[in-house]
Amino acid sequence: MSSRLFVILIPLIVIAIFAILSWRDTRNNPDPTRKGFFDRNGTVLGLVFIALVGFWMLFLVVLPYLYMVVESFHPKLSPSKRGGPDDVLTLMQYKSFFIEPLSGDMNTIHMWAFGYTIVISLIVTALNFAICYPLAYYMAQTGTARKVRLLMLALIIPYWVNEILRAFSLRLLLASKGLINQMLMGVGLTDAPIDFLGNNVGLFVGLSYAYLLIMVFPLYNAIESLDRNQIEAAHDLGAPWWKIHRDVVIPYAKPGIASGCTMVFMLSAGSLAAPQFLGGPNTLWFTSVVYDFFFQSFNWPRGAAYAFVLLSACIAFVMIVLRLFKVSLGETIK
Amino acid sequence: MSARFVFKAMIGFYIALFFLYLFGPLMVMAVTAFNTPNYPQAYPFEAFTLDWFVKLWNHRSMMAGLRNSVIIGIGVVLLSVPVGLAAAIIMGQISSRARGLYYLVTVSPVLTPGVIIGISTVIFWKDALSLTDVTRATFYNGTMLSIFGQSSFISAYCLLIIMARLQRFDRTQEEAALDLGASYPQVFWHILLPFLRPALISASVIAFLSSFENYNTTTFAILADKTLVTVLAGEVRQGTTPALSALAVVIISISIFGAVLYEVLKRREENKTTRTMRNAKEAERNETYA
Amino acid sequence: MSASVELDHVTVKFGQFTAVKDAALEIRGGEFFSFLGPSGCGKTTILRTVSGFLEPTDGAVRIAGQDMAGIGPNKRPTALIFQNLALFPLMSVADNITYGLRVRGMSSGERARKADELLELIALPGQGKKLVSELSGGQKQRVAIARALAVQPKVLLLDEPLSALDLKLRQHMRAELRAIQQQVGITFIYITHDQGEALTMSDRIAVMSDGVIQQIGDGRSVYDAPDTAFVASFVGENNAFAGQITHADADSAVVQTDFGPLRGRNPKALKPGDRAVLFIRPEDLIPVTGAADSTLSSYVTNVSFEGNMTHVYLNGQGAREISMSIGRQGGTDVPQKGTVTPLSYHASNAIVLPEGTMARE
Ligand SMILES: Nc1ncnc2c1ncn2[C@@H]1O[C@H](COP(=O)(O)OP(=O)(O)OP(=O)(O)O)[C@@H](O)[C@H]1O
Ligand SMILES: [Mg+2]
Repeated sequence: MSSRLFVILIPLIVIAIFAILSWRDTRNNPDPTRKGFFDRNGTVLGLVFIALVGFWMLFLVVLPYLYMVVESFHPKLSPSKRGGPDDVLTLMQYKSFFIEPLSGDMNTIHMWAFGYTIVISLIVTALNFAICYPLAYYMAQTGTARKVRLLMLALIIPYWVNEILRAFSLRLLLASKGLINQMLMGVGLTDAPIDFLGNNVGLFVGLSYAYLLIMVFPLYNAIESLDRNQIEAAHDLGAPWWKIHRDVVIPYAKPGIASGCTMVFMLSAGSLAAPQFLGGPNTLWFTSVVYDFFFQSFNWPRGAAYAFVLLSACIAFVMIVLRLFKVSLGETIK
Repeated sequence: MSARFVFKAMIGFYIALFFLYLFGPLMVMAVTAFNTPNYPQAYPFEAFTLDWFVKLWNHRSMMAGLRNSVIIGIGVVLLSVPVGLAAAIIMGQISSRARGLYYLVTVSPVLTPGVIIGISTVIFWKDALSLTDVTRATFYNGTMLSIFGQSSFISAYCLLIIMARLQRFDRTQEEAALDLGASYPQVFWHILLPFLRPALISASVIAFLSSFENYNTTTFAILADKTLVTVLAGEVRQGTTPALSALAVVIISISIFGAVLYEVLKRREENKTTRTMRNAKEAERNETYA
Repeated sequence: MSASVELDHVTVKFGQFTAVKDAALEIRGGEFFSFLGPSGCGKTTILRTVSGFLEPTDGAVRIAGQDMAGIGPNKRPTALIFQNLALFPLMSVADNITYGLRVRGMSSGERARKADELLELIALPGQGKKLVSELSGGQKQRVAIARALAVQPKVLLLDEPLSALDLKLRQHMRAELRAIQQQVGITFIYITHDQGEALTMSDRIAVMSDGVIQQIGDGRSVYDAPDTAFVASFVGENNAFAGQITHADADSAVVQTDFGPLRGRNPKALKPGDRAVLFIRPEDLIPVTGAADSTLSSYVTNVSFEGNMTHVYLNGQGAREISMSIGRQGGTDVPQKGTVTPLSYHASNAIVLPEGTMARE
């Protein structure tokens, strides 16, 4: 258990370091406008605030993450053996991602699932950007206030219907007995129903459909604050419309684009519903792999290791996007 | 002129297409809720029926799941909104050196896939609550873990919503109250909290809805229990029944009702503002003539 | 009940920047005391130090003889009227006015009675239920005053309270403020960058520049006997002539300027060779009619008739122009635009001060 207990120490050490730093700071640079935390909020309220945030940060965010990571460095053991002599630190769960432990072969299935998940998520992200950008631009710059409010409502209402039901509705459309196949066959474009779910069209559509709103809103917010005169000035200078977008609007909306893209990527790479209900029988989405470790083989450490791999991929993506767009995290998340 | 017209027509066409994409599937699903066949089918429309709504109402596990969802939702609101509020207040007061790290840690749950939050919640709390038999018996259950897991990121939503409003708070309001003799806690209750009220309300609504709709985190954290969404997922996995369409119809109706209500309230608020502005103008005029 | 306020060599720093430097003064109980100075000179900083939002980096603030160190703004017997008023927008007018009483635990019935009383005082009877946003600028102003007075402070601090009002209302409110002060009899510390306001209302004025108190005195002495070039140039209109002192004695000094030697009073006992500035008020300049103390002459660039006064502008030293105001009593001739006109003044009306920072025009 000792390695697990150690986890608790890490955040405490970080907090202690910052406490010391800030204490030194205030001692060296006295500021007549700054008041101590407990002076400003009163002792009771101050304690309540710290307790609430401390509970959240430590017990709901940092410790579970760290604990999951530590768990992933342990072997799968029955409850009675946990904490016993067999409970050692090991890399075997991560190794199993590359080499199947039972057969000793390359673990192509899981690596393929991982690569597939990442690539498809990237495509969905790009696709959603392409679909949402014109609408966001229209709402932010061209539409009248009344229209925008209406569009906004129209955008939000479908999102009150949860993910599962939205996937379900797509399945009704795309199934072999679904409306689209009925129509195609009715018109005579095809004789036999097309298996949209089997060939993963359903999965792409489902992912894109699920996160449209996530893309529209950050884009809209970013473009909305762009001064209309800038666009008109560019227009007056004779710039064609695509150049205006490339040189004026898109650079300006960078934080919004970064925000929309990271969110859509993260949600789709971590998506569970769409692959479960719209993916073909042979499609292995990475989250489904993780899911199965938890609910079918009950191999939590290996599931944790895989989850950590996924998390690392998401973090890497966020970093790359931030670097690429040269924006800070603070600008992105608003 | 004609180029402009073509452009406008194109935009109109695009928007129509966009909303067809958005609403089409839902409308087809809605139609199937009123059609008689066992398999949810929109066309051909055989006969109108409300049977599927009755089936839905009698669906025991779905109703049990609904109850759990509501309990969890309320729990999440009760935990996340105060946490978000406290976190936003600390964000405004923390020393600039620590703010970067604080911000990173507080918003990281927003950028973490829900599955991972669910998994880490279960792994951590299983061991943490197993330390004593009492905590294990009382707290180690799906409801509690779902509240914890969901609050992990919903608190961050609340933080962002509340922080946005807090940034517009006029510090001199606080100082004015202090100057009149209020203690710091009194400033909090009398001045800051009323100012934040709209943000707290929207944070509560968002928190409840996010919790209610959540699947990725909950499916892990709920353990052996069920919420409405996990029951739904099970149903969809097993097959398809128009009762699910009926549920969607109910949800859409409620949300349209909510949207209309929101619109009405907003109108009323706007009318009130215009009235006070008119009064102020009136007062200004009287003053110059007095 | 009023209280004295003493600033005992107060210095306030923001990091490396010194906003107030070694301010030392004593404001008597019941006095109407103004701080006058250009924007950014540290007036608000002083007020916030007195009210307790800032702790002095050095020195002490004493109210009624008691050191205020470590006493928070909510524990001091002061009330502040903010530059932006800071009324509570979510509370009704009555709730605003009685907020200070509410936090002191007064019952709501008694508060309602008190609110009516105060609304009567500020001439807004029966308007307690309104929202603050429904009031006009002047009404808001009066609500802010009532809210501060409700807690019966011993010292009322006002931070440019009239700056948001239009001219006419501002003049009306000046009289009203002064009347209220006399009625309640407490110490008023008033901040303004408008010298008219300071001169008409105050018992005494402290003129500030760049965090330093330049002079403290009643309106007349600040106007007639400025201590520094800054005060002379900031308070009221003034014509400045810089140069070197050629002759000096106990009473007067002669400054060699671009317009020749000019004589004026020498209160600072400057000596020959010192760099100095001679100030003459526009109303003290007269077109030469006969024999005169001192004279200079310049080219008239503009003449503007304003009814009770005529303003004449002449080329001055550097970019500054000389201005002259001619009243109607003297029956003097007004110089013509485009002529070179000799001017004169009585040396006792001119003052010679050491060279120093001037107010920006
Ligand atoms: N919190 C602060 N941190 C750093 N500098 C400050 C702070 N508050 C004020 N200052 C600086 O101190 C100086 C004096 O500010 P102060 O507000 O006292 O001026 P003021 O005389 O009231 O001006 P105004 O007439 O514009 O209100 C200014 O240069 C200002 O920039
Ligand atoms: Mg000021």
